[in-house]
Amino acid sequence: MSETTGGVEMQEDVSGVVKKFLYVNRKAPYGTIYALESLEVVLIAAAFDQDVSLVFLDDGVYQLVKGQHTKTIDVKNFSPTYRALEGYDIEKLYVEKESLAARGLTPEDLIVPVTLLSAAEMSDLMDGQDIVLSF
Amino acid sequence: MPIVVNGQSYETDEEGYLTNRTDWNEDLAKEMAKVDNCNLTENHWEVINFLREYYEEYQIAPAVRVLTKAIGKKLGPDKGNSKYLYELFPYGPAKQACKYAGLPKPTGCV
Amino acid sequence: MLHTVNKSPMERNTLERCLQYAKKGSAILLIEDGVYGALKGTTVTDKVRKAMKDVTIYALYPDIEARGMQDRAIDGIKLVDYGGFVDLVAEHRNVQSWL
Repeated sequence: MSETTGGVEMQEDVSGVVKKFLYVNRKAPYGTIYALESLEVVLIAAAFDQDVSLVFLDDGVYQLVKGQHTKTIDVKNFSPTYRALEGYDIEKLYVEKESLAARGLTPEDLIVPVTLLSAAEMSDLMDGQDIVLSF
Repeated sequence: MPIVVNGQSYETDEEGYLTNRTDWNEDLAKEMAKVDNCNLTENHWEVINFLREYYEEYQIAPAVRVLTKAIGKKLGPDKGNSKYLYELFPYGPAKQACKYAGLPKPTGCV
Repeated sequence: MLHTVNKSPMERNTLERCLQYAKKGSAILLIEDGVYGALKGTTVTDKVRKAMKDVTIYALYPDIEARGMQDRAIDGIKLVDYGGFVDLVAEHRNVQSWL
């Protein structure tokens, strides 16, 4: 994570400067804690009224798949929370086309509406950010 | 610190939030409110029930800003504003109402 | 922008994805097990050499040394110490860590 620069910049945000924050999600939901941690940071940071985008690539696209049932592994199913993001004014969700296709998935398999981008378009998006938080 | 209602003991954390969300019942909510010298009215219940439904749907307790907006959408602008909600729950609408609703403290609430 | 990679390219796809995402003129810093991607004679060496035409690739020398790979780094890869790592982060507008 680029938390060193992120933390410093955060202080300046009090002055009302809106920065472009990008959250990069590349891990499947339950095997590691990354996905849940990312989601929690997104929800907390939503209070700062910044320009927030979320991208999902590689196994990160599995976070958004419909029909997750986690009772039998005794872990909280946090997939419904992605649907709450709209209420937090976080509406820019991007999924990498290639990652989705490589896993045999289509946008209809996802619990939230997303914008599909190619890897090249995603690379441009990443390049234009002020702060990139990687998970 | 456990809270006792109708002879039954329920586990809570150090701030009084219910440990097991499935333990929740209305008497428990009333007892929690009594500890805070708060008498639950119809208007309180409206918010508490709204929060329980919100949690059921999204699996999180909403931040206060989100709660206010969502209440406004569902119950109208007379109720979807900070003044109304803070009068009902002076310790903070999200924080206090979530407690009575048996939910965890909203993410990001310190 | 600066990209960092901290896993072996033989174990994860992060170096490959990073090379695909890194735009012309950007920098890639290999750290921890990521330094295995900086070596000659591996299955990814050719890919890394090719990428070096468009991006600058750095590797954290303490991590190379710790793994006994001092003599195996691809020519042209810039070796940096911890101070150099800090400089790279400071010089670039943003950082993507391929975890």
